[in-house]
Amino acid sequence: MIKKELKKAERKRLLKRVGNRWQLYLLLLLPILYIVIFSYVPMGGLVIAFKDYNFKDGIFGSPWAGLENFKKFMTSYKFSTVMINTLTVSLYGLLVAFPFPIIFALGLNAMRGTGYKKIIQSVTYMPHFISTVVMVGILFQVLNNRTGLWGTLYSMITGGIAPNILGNAEAFRHTYVWSGVWQNTGYDAIIYIAALASVDQSLYEAAEIDGASRFQRIIHIDLPSILPTASILLILSAGSIMNVGFEKVFLMQNNLNIKYSEVISTYVYKIGLASGTNDFSLSTAIDMFNSVINFTLLMITNWLSKKLSGNGIF
Amino acid sequence: MKHKFKNLSREDKIFYSVTYVLMTIFFIVVLYPCIYVLSASFSSGDAVQAGRVVLFPVDFSLDGYRTVFSYGQVWVGFRNSLFYTIMGTAINIIMTVAAAYCLSRNDLPGRDAIMLIYTFTMFFSGGIITSYILIKKLHILNTVWCILIPGAINVYNMIICKTFFQNSIPGDLLDASQIDGCSDIQYLIRIVLPLAKSAIAVQVLYYVVSHWNSYFSPMIYLTNQDLYPLTIFLKSILVQSQIDPSTIMDPELQDKITRIAGVMKYALIVVSTIPVLIIYPFIQKYFVKGVMIGSVKG
Repeated sequence: MIKKELKKAERKRLLKRVGNRWQLYLLLLLPILYIVIFSYVPMGGLVIAFKDYNFKDGIFGSPWAGLENFKKFMTSYKFSTVMINTLTVSLYGLLVAFPFPIIFALGLNAMRGTGYKKIIQSVTYMPHFISTVVMVGILFQVLNNRTGLWGTLYSMITGGIAPNILGNAEAFRHTYVWSGVWQNTGYDAIIYIAALASVDQSLYEAAEIDGASRFQRIIHIDLPSILPTASILLILSAGSIMNVGFEKVFLMQNNLNIKYSEVISTYVYKIGLASGTNDFSLSTAIDMFNSVINFTLLMITNWLSKKLSGNGIF
Repeated sequence: MKHKFKNLSREDKIFYSVTYVLMTIFFIVVLYPCIYVLSASFSSGDAVQAGRVVLFPVDFSLDGYRTVFSYGQVWVGFRNSLFYTIMGTAINIIMTVAAAYCLSRNDLPGRDAIMLIYTFTMFFSGGIITSYILIKKLHILNTVWCILIPGAINVYNMIICKTFFQNSIPGDLLDASQIDGCSDIQYLIRIVLPLAKSAIAVQVLYYVVSHWNSYFSPMIYLTNQDLYPLTIFLKSILVQSQIDPSTIMDPELQDKITRIAGVMKYALIVVSTIPVLIIYPFIQKYFVKGVMIGSVKG
């Protein structure tokens, strides 16, 4: 009897607390509606990966196909090519793109004086704001072996005609990854620069008194202080290893390099939206396969990082 | 404790020299292509075609820019991109700030659950096909809405904003204003927003850049040429080299299009990138404050 009364009172209190905050719920109405409609409804739509979707019957009316679509993808002759390309491009990209901003930030932080440092910093983050389309346009112009910067410099130095990078299929992944380094190192370093700026200055002073060289200070003070940030960023990128950015690959793709440049996201797009057949179910199945692997990788790296360094995102 | 260079130990001298050399090399590697593109855009068509531009403009000429500005599609694209950027960012800011503000309040019952709804979408999504079906079912395919509404909240940005609200606005202000009878919406407008200028400026920058540079959604959702943003036209001109002489309004330039196609591309690269580069300096001073507090402590 008393318990019941208590529960009632508790519920009343909660209701009152909710009621007091009605304005906040009002503000949240649209943002929540938005996320439910534009993120969760499509997630529900993933059932078509297990169906044989057709426009006429829609998502619910289409017949079930079980795991047919997943089987179809895994046994198709494209499967290994697409998987290998995706993993190579993204692991290569991660391996190169991860250390660069860290080294750059450490170097910048070690520079004395502020003028030159500021100039370097403001110039190097600029390219980040160039859109993918323009970036690919610049690549095509600059790397042209006859009229571009590459061709001009090459013939100036060697006197011959430069090899055609853009027509070389195997060069695709290098152009892709290194242009990314060119574009993003400066910007990606900002977060490390901020972490370095918050290092306690007395640590440096103590180290100096103890006779530590500037390089030793980097190893023993700077590096540990950006480790938490670095491990979180590493977890996040591990969670998107299978997500090679669609736009840049798609824009750089041509008939010459397709053998090396077809990755999961471009393949999904082609099967689902670009080809005449528009196989929505197969395309969704591939996309889902991809997301599940990503999610698993994220969980694994997060768990590992937590074990090793105590830093995790959840 | 700064010492004069000559007073440093030998080891430190080597260290500084190597650092400066490496940083300078990287600086040049980044800067040089930018200068090259800029110089090429101010050169004559023949000089670009013959690969004579190395550092400075050769045979200074504005043909590239004249072609760009007399190219009909560029104007259509510019107008549309401007519209999507302004309208889209306005929607983004309202939605993001509303969500971030509410979720920054720890006296909101159910806050953790709502937060989870948002964070989960950062790691798992329905993918492009199911989103496409949704847009189609909502009957907004091929309208301006399919560009403006999906992506109204970028969860990552929202979390940065929320963290800023939590960490940089003293909780005492809330207590004090509640005692004075200030409602939750009044508190947002009168207290939070004026104190969060830097965080909001950074949000504006993020969203403006992403709208201006957006290519994927317009490509899959739009088929009506009149609604195309600049990026779609840029793709056909810069990437596929499809230049349609009939859309160039100046007949004199139309005749020599094959000769100035190269220089026109350089000019187009400059023209389409300048708008985002221009807003950066205005927002830069807020950048470190607005982003760092949000992300480092996040």
